[in-house]
Amino acid sequence: MFRKLHDPGAQTVTIFIDGRPVPAELGESVAAVLLRQPEAWCRTTPISESPRAPYCMMGVCFECLVEVDGLASVQGCLTPVRNGMRVARQQGPRSLSA
Amino acid sequence: MRPDIIVIGGGTVGAAIAYGLAKQRQQVLLLDGDDGDFRAARANFGLVWLQGKGLGMPAYQVLTRDSIALWRGFTNEIEAETKIDLAYEQNGGLAFCLGEEGFEKRRHDLMRLHNQRGERAPDWAMLDRSALERLLPKVALGPNVTGASFGRHDGHANPLRLLAALHEALLRHGGGIRHRARVERIEPVGRDFRLILDGETLVAPRIVIAAGLGSPALARQVGLVVPLRPERGQVLVTERLEPFLPLPASGLRQTGEGTVMIGATKDNPGFDVSTTAEAAAGLSRKTIEIVPALAQVRLVRQWAGLRIMTPDGHPIYAQSQSHPGAFVALCHSGVTLAAFHAETLAGAIAAGGLPENLSPFHQRRFDVPQAA
Repeated sequence: MFRKLHDPGAQTVTIFIDGRPVPAELGESVAAVLLRQPEAWCRTTPISESPRAPYCMMGVCFECLVEVDGLASVQGCLTPVRNGMRVARQQGPRSLSA
Repeated sequence: MRPDIIVIGGGTVGAAIAYGLAKQRQQVLLLDGDDGDFRAARANFGLVWLQGKGLGMPAYQVLTRDSIALWRGFTNEIEAETKIDLAYEQNGGLAFCLGEEGFEKRRHDLMRLHNQRGERAPDWAMLDRSALERLLPKVALGPNVTGASFGRHDGHANPLRLLAALHEALLRHGGGIRHRARVERIEPVGRDFRLILDGETLVAPRIVIAAGLGSPALARQVGLVVPLRPERGQVLVTERLEPFLPLPASGLRQTGEGTVMIGATKDNPGFDVSTTAEAAAGLSRKTIEIVPALAQVRLVRQWAGLRIMTPDGHPIYAQSQSHPGAFVALCHSGVTLAAFHAETLAGAIAAGGLPENLSPFHQRRFDVPQAA
């Protein structure tokens, strides 16, 4: 859906989305990387289970909740990428034991 | 149209009475407050609750029991009328106990309450830890949880949908609602009451004052002196989780949407609805002691509301002696008592007077001079 305007060059790091390696640039958010993927959705809702993608990109709408390094319901738009970060799309409500 | 009766206060208490009056074919006008007013109905936890209530006042225990007995029918009727799902569940409710001491104290307190009424069999039971674990298979309890009291008649509902449904049902029965309608003054004129609002005057032969903490100033003008104070309660709510808590507990319940509500604190800062970090920390600590896994869950909101507290914590229902036709209805359990307010109390007000069994709720009980 989106692509970067510039080549990040030496700033490139690798994060993993649902186990698949994806290039990202230091300083950008997890939500921004997700929007560049062929499948831009990042979670399904707890009630209707419809897929959602990052929306407001400024920490307000909570549409971009993802699991980051095992911690669920993290706001992707407020989380800068780190090399080796593991991101998982979140399906439905969290389970208490997870 | 000239109303038969005006209800001042559009919260859960006033709206339930107004709805009940409209069902009695009264021409009802409900006056709702301003957005800046203290709105306890919008801060409610949502328990429909019996266990533990009424120590020192058997009549309150009976009132609560009677209201809960009406709740299922009340829900069915209002849901059919409005198509609003109140999410009412009555599968029993829990009060968790910490430590052996906490368990014994809970048993002792409930037994005292039971003996006060002297009825046949208790409608609650003490569950030890293993019985509690069987009841809550998806919950890993904290090590200090010794058990819980289980009240058979307890339940919970969505308090915001209840409020919306009461307003909607009132309209469907031909009643009227005026929002941002602050009554500044009440003037008795002959057998009528003239209500002075900002830029408007309303007249009715009967009025019900159910304006929560705004009530004393209004009630005084029709000869009703009602002592009230605000008591702040703070509540936390978590993100949505897969269903894990099948029963509501005192201070911990999972809603139909999956969020967990955690409550509630009690303090007396006056007319102040700010939230405090101290309350959030205290509620979190208490909750994690019961269900440690909740420590990993995100809180999404914290809010505060002001309970409408009388000196003994029990409701006030009265009709003015000096100004017949003026009633007052005040309590902090507007959800649990909603069915009673809509059915029994509204019926009595429509008939012109409160029955003898409500006399323990008259505010004259506070007039007894204190012993030196």
